[in-house]
Amino acid sequence: MGGTVRLEEILSVFRSFDDVGARSDLLIEFAERFRPVPESMAKPPYSSEHRVPGCESEVYIFPEHLADGTIKFHFAVENPQGISAKGLAVVLDEGVSGEPLGEVSQLEADFVYEIFGRGLSMGKGRGLMGMVNMVRSLARDKMQSIGR
Amino acid sequence: MAIDPNRHFEGGMTDTEIASRGYAHPEYLVSTAWVAEHLNDPTVRIIESNEDTLLYRSGHLPGAVEVDWIRDLNDPLRRDYIDEKHFGALLNSLGITPEMTLVFYGDKNNWWACYAFWVFSLFGLTKLRVMDGGRLKWEREGRILTKETPKFTASHYPALTRDDKTIRAFRDDVLTQISQRLPLVDVRTPEEFSGERLHMENYPNEGALRGGHIPGAKNVPWAKAVSPDDGTFKPASELEKLYLDHCGMKPSDHVIAYCRIGERSSLTWFVLRYLLGFSHVRNYDGSWTEWGNSVGVPVER
Repeated sequence: MGGTVRLEEILSVFRSFDDVGARSDLLIEFAERFRPVPESMAKPPYSSEHRVPGCESEVYIFPEHLADGTIKFHFAVENPQGISAKGLAVVLDEGVSGEPLGEVSQLEADFVYEIFGRGLSMGKGRGLMGMVNMVRSLARDKMQSIGR
Repeated sequence: MAIDPNRHFEGGMTDTEIASRGYAHPEYLVSTAWVAEHLNDPTVRIIESNEDTLLYRSGHLPGAVEVDWIRDLNDPLRRDYIDEKHFGALLNSLGITPEMTLVFYGDKNNWWACYAFWVFSLFGLTKLRVMDGGRLKWEREGRILTKETPKFTASHYPALTRDDKTIRAFRDDVLTQISQRLPLVDVRTPEEFSGERLHMENYPNEGALRGGHIPGAKNVPWAKAVSPDDGTFKPASELEKLYLDHCGMKPSDHVIAYCRIGERSSLTWFVLRYLLGFSHVRNYDGSWTEWGNSVGVPVER
């Protein structure tokens, strides 16, 4: 599995639960820590260039370029009941923000099935994977722009 | 419990208000206020059905059970709903008895709640209701939610039969509908209807090889039946403009509704059947994922 060491640590916690319900509760705990992108960075209505394609919950991702060359990822979820999108946003923020770009650019989106379970509908699974793919693309774009 | 017609709940609606909207069968809708009064009513079972599988566990109406459209209602192997045996087991596991009134609610303007309502109807259950405005309205009114999962004693529901003819349509029924020039309502987005897009906007392509619509179908996107502000159903006068005036249908017509997999069209089925009083409405759950992949069937763009 590609990705960062911190994300792998988070995933190992999810893997330690055999029970789907326990994994769901953990995701809900992540979702409860969700904080939208600060207004100093972006205010609604958000620009479509930040919108995650394929995600019905209307999710936006904003990269903050840190002094050490890494990226802090901010999210907005324009759906009051988009709890799955919020949970994944916090997993991504805590798992890949500030991590080496080389690792973030190797993320593999199918880990969403590990944390949400194989019972995800096709539509929802693809939407959530769209969030991971956009984070990975932002990391790749940054690497290209600095010639790495 | 009798409803006091003069009672109003702050931010909510009374059932008197629902009755004033001119529906053919307003009794199939209940308000959030009515549900709040019946949270502890042993003759009422509240059922949450969502698209987002985390929502129920994150907090739900006190005493509400969850019915998930994939896990609980669909056969895990063949493309079909569960059979009588498994449906009976589901009812029993939720402690549901024939005496109970079942109230459905959920996210997405009750889209999935109506889907569950429709599947329950296939098995002949009739004491079914939808909570107007769904989960969003309940939350916006600041009403109570709990993470506590209720535990009910298992019941022994009498044997049921699934009726696949009265409210469900199959591919051959649709071909007959076309040949008899009877009404079809396509509840997908205008872009899906025109064939410009093979799936709902912002949803992934779910694999139809052809885009377009079933010949003769009229397009009324499902969400037009719902007020965008609070998720409640629009009054009958506005629904009539959509389905009677725009589609040229009348309540005595034999109608088939469809979408992509039969979920959005469940809400339209509910609107036509109960709010506008159409007596012969069927939902084609094969919908575009079957029709758009079927060899030899006619497609219109």
